[in-house]
Amino acid sequence: MAIELEINGVKRQVAAEADTPLLWVLRDELHMTGTKYGCGIAQCGACTVHLDGQPIRSCQTPVGTIGAAKITTIEGLGGAHPLQTTWVKHDVPQCGYCQSGQIMSAAALLAATPKPTDADIDAAMSGNLCRCGAYQRIRAAIKDASGELAVNAKA
Amino acid sequence: MYIAPEKTQTTPRASGASRRELIVGAALVGGSLLVGCSPADIMGSGAPKTDFGAFGPFIKIDADGAVTVMNKHQEMGQGNHAGLSAIVAEEMDADWSTVKVKQSAANAKVYANSLMGLQGTGGSTAIANSWMQLRNAGATARAMFVQAAANVWKVPAAEITVKDGVVSHPSGKSAHFGDLLAEAAKVTPPTSVKLKDPKDFTLIGSDRVRRKDSLAKSTGQAQYTQDVYLPDMLTAVVAHAPRFGGKVTSFDATAALKVPGVVDVFAIATGVAVVGNGVHAARKGRDALKVEWDNAKAETRSSAEMLADYQKIARGELTPSDDKWASFTAKGDAAGQFDGSDVLHATYDFPYLAHATMEPMNCVAQVDGSKCKLTYGAQGHSLDQMAAATVVLNLPGAIEIETLFAGGSFGRRSSWDSDYVVEAVQIAKHVGKFRPVKLVWTREDDMTAGHYRPMAHHAVAVKVGKDGYPAAWRHRVVIQSFAKASPIMASMMVKNNVDATTVEGASGSPYLAATPIVDAQVFTPHNPVSTLWWRSVGATHTAPVMEHTIDQLAARAKIDPVDYRRELYRRAGPAGARHLAVLNLAVEKAGWGKLEDGWTRGVAVHESFGTVVANVCEAKIIDGEPRVRKVTVAVDCGIAIARDQIAAQMEGGTCYGLSAALFGQVTLDKGRPQQTNFDTYRVLRQNEAPQVETWVLPSANPPSGVGEPGTPVIMASLPNALFAATGKPVSSFPLVKA
Repeated sequence: MAIELEINGVKRQVAAEADTPLLWVLRDELHMTGTKYGCGIAQCGACTVHLDGQPIRSCQTPVGTIGAAKITTIEGLGGAHPLQTTWVKHDVPQCGYCQSGQIMSAAALLAATPKPTDADIDAAMSGNLCRCGAYQRIRAAIKDASGELAVNAKA
Repeated sequence: MYIAPEKTQTTPRASGASRRELIVGAALVGGSLLVGCSPADIMGSGAPKTDFGAFGPFIKIDADGAVTVMNKHQEMGQGNHAGLSAIVAEEMDADWSTVKVKQSAANAKVYANSLMGLQGTGGSTAIANSWMQLRNAGATARAMFVQAAANVWKVPAAEITVKDGVVSHPSGKSAHFGDLLAEAAKVTPPTSVKLKDPKDFTLIGSDRVRRKDSLAKSTGQAQYTQDVYLPDMLTAVVAHAPRFGGKVTSFDATAALKVPGVVDVFAIATGVAVVGNGVHAARKGRDALKVEWDNAKAETRSSAEMLADYQKIARGELTPSDDKWASFTAKGDAAGQFDGSDVLHATYDFPYLAHATMEPMNCVAQVDGSKCKLTYGAQGHSLDQMAAATVVLNLPGAIEIETLFAGGSFGRRSSWDSDYVVEAVQIAKHVGKFRPVKLVWTREDDMTAGHYRPMAHHAVAVKVGKDGYPAAWRHRVVIQSFAKASPIMASMMVKNNVDATTVEGASGSPYLAATPIVDAQVFTPHNPVSTLWWRSVGATHTAPVMEHTIDQLAARAKIDPVDYRRELYRRAGPAGARHLAVLNLAVEKAGWGKLEDGWTRGVAVHESFGTVVANVCEAKIIDGEPRVRKVTVAVDCGIAIARDQIAAQMEGGTCYGLSAALFGQVTLDKGRPQQTNFDTYRVLRQNEAPQVETWVLPSANPPSGVGEPGTPVIMASLPNALFAATGKPVSSFPLVKA
């Protein structure tokens, strides 16, 4: 079926079954590859995008349920988002595969909570797995972007 | 973070890297009949003739003078893009800010790993094996630019200097590499070049050596296998046997073929392939598929039953006919040493572990007759070429590989049987016409497909001398051998019936060197569950066993565990010198002694892949689970090249090891893996991650790797911290029971 989606401010027409997860429409239909497949069951966070500003797991979001909600993906952050700047400054990525999802979760966190505490970061970021274990740099980069360098930042 | 060196010291290296020999053995799999050929010759046979240009296979220079370093290794997160390109830039005096890195082609004749004899990344060897090769490549290119300037300016070459890609003469003449490119390309490369004295390095070891890929990986632009979309490409998933060793009896594809987007369903060696237009269609097709499996040769025991058998084998109550006990360290007369009351007994159980990379296994393959191209995050280039060549009937070097970033590996992407690569090639061969097929493993495929860190059981008995230190050490290891899983590999990789990966870290231990009588043996029962190296390999179990046994011995002797280790390292002589140095550094930086509020410290030291790591962790049981808040790491990896990446690998390696020690296990129920995704295979999350502080021991030794050696040490220091709190030894992993 034909479905219209608004992605990063642009209206896109896609042909997909309504039960297709948004993740696979982004990837297999639109070839927007910044959003990653990691688990398919909303356990790893690699597929995180924003729906009307809220972080959601696109692997568990059927494309037929989205309607007019605005979708923002990692490509929509533009490359110069404060988090992308601090991610580079702290050399956060290792393999890098989870980082789109990490940054999208962190961007939603900062939008809602500009000066997050460690507890805020734990709550917002513990759904995003990083098997390379870049966790302390992720924390430091979030704090740096919030204008508050992590006290114990080692990067 | 890291600490700048205060002084430089050189201490002897104790042991080599067994895994390197193993992989050389693997290289010879295909070449054992071809007398007189090197593994690289065999693996590279059929490779297209390539003109690498004036500066050789590792260096390309753009018209504007920007230098591109060709990386023969896989960048799977470990940061070798930074370290390898810095080696070239240092000797070349290139402008580091404009240096780029690209993955090289697969060509064993040119890009072999000199510590393996074929092209591949593993054993934490990327920096170590490239060190002299890339220094020479950089220095040669530099010499060509110097000679070019001397020719053009008609001045003596000896008067010319190079800095940041600019060639200068005291007369005031200067030119960028780009300006001199045409002239330099005409210079005959010198046959020998003078390398820098390491004290003159300006880039290596400096804070300027940072990752080259952080921006691409922070903007979604870095390309992984999963991101490949080629014209007319199909997507394939495979229905795999639910039990290891299972085979397809029959299948009914009627319903699967009715799923919109499914284009074909057919059997391959390892299951039934469902090919469609995209992942969603292929998965739905697989869900609709009916397959009958033949379990006649499958593993049908539970892992608990298998482990009970391992324990019986260690106690001498069971001796399966498929292996014999093999000695890996023996000295003195052990008879009758372990019967008295002066003997400490300890046993340890280790589960299967999945690598659980963030990007599940996948591979894009194109096949037309014997022509084959693979596009993926290749790690074991030569082995994969050999395996693919066997499917399409071609020479290994003729298999073209385009290497992409890998979304983690931890050993998984270089498997001895090239499992997922072979599946992709078989499917692409069936599709034919060079049509691209992307094989996608779902998370469930990835987690249940084996190639696990093998399950293991250790039984240790240590006779304690009157001074409280080991007088005699008996060690029994029961573990699967992945080398022995393949008869040809076994013939090349196993010496005296010992697969070194099963005992490395126990063999070569300074504690055994410090003990007068040793009787250490290994038994490797076979079963159909496939196993593989897993970040730090044998050390994943030998480090906890050796280090936790030492803490129990120290407690029994009422000696502080740090002091106890210091004494054993002194007794071990050269085998303990570097251990002593990192131990002292870690303890100095971490502090030692009592902590407040129920937190306790644990220490451990372990050498793997030529690098010695000590760590001190601070742990406490909170809400019934161990938590680690801080880890202080000291590492001796020779000359430090990319300091911040050494720290990153110690941080990440610690998290990877901590995750496994706390939560990691794959259990089998009647042969079926019970953990299928991250909901059941628990891994470390942000709220559970410690702060890791890294200190690099100053050294003048050649560099060794850092990708793996940080991992096993936390698996030992955490149990030691818990033992300090409770007095109860740890005897099985994971620490948090499901």
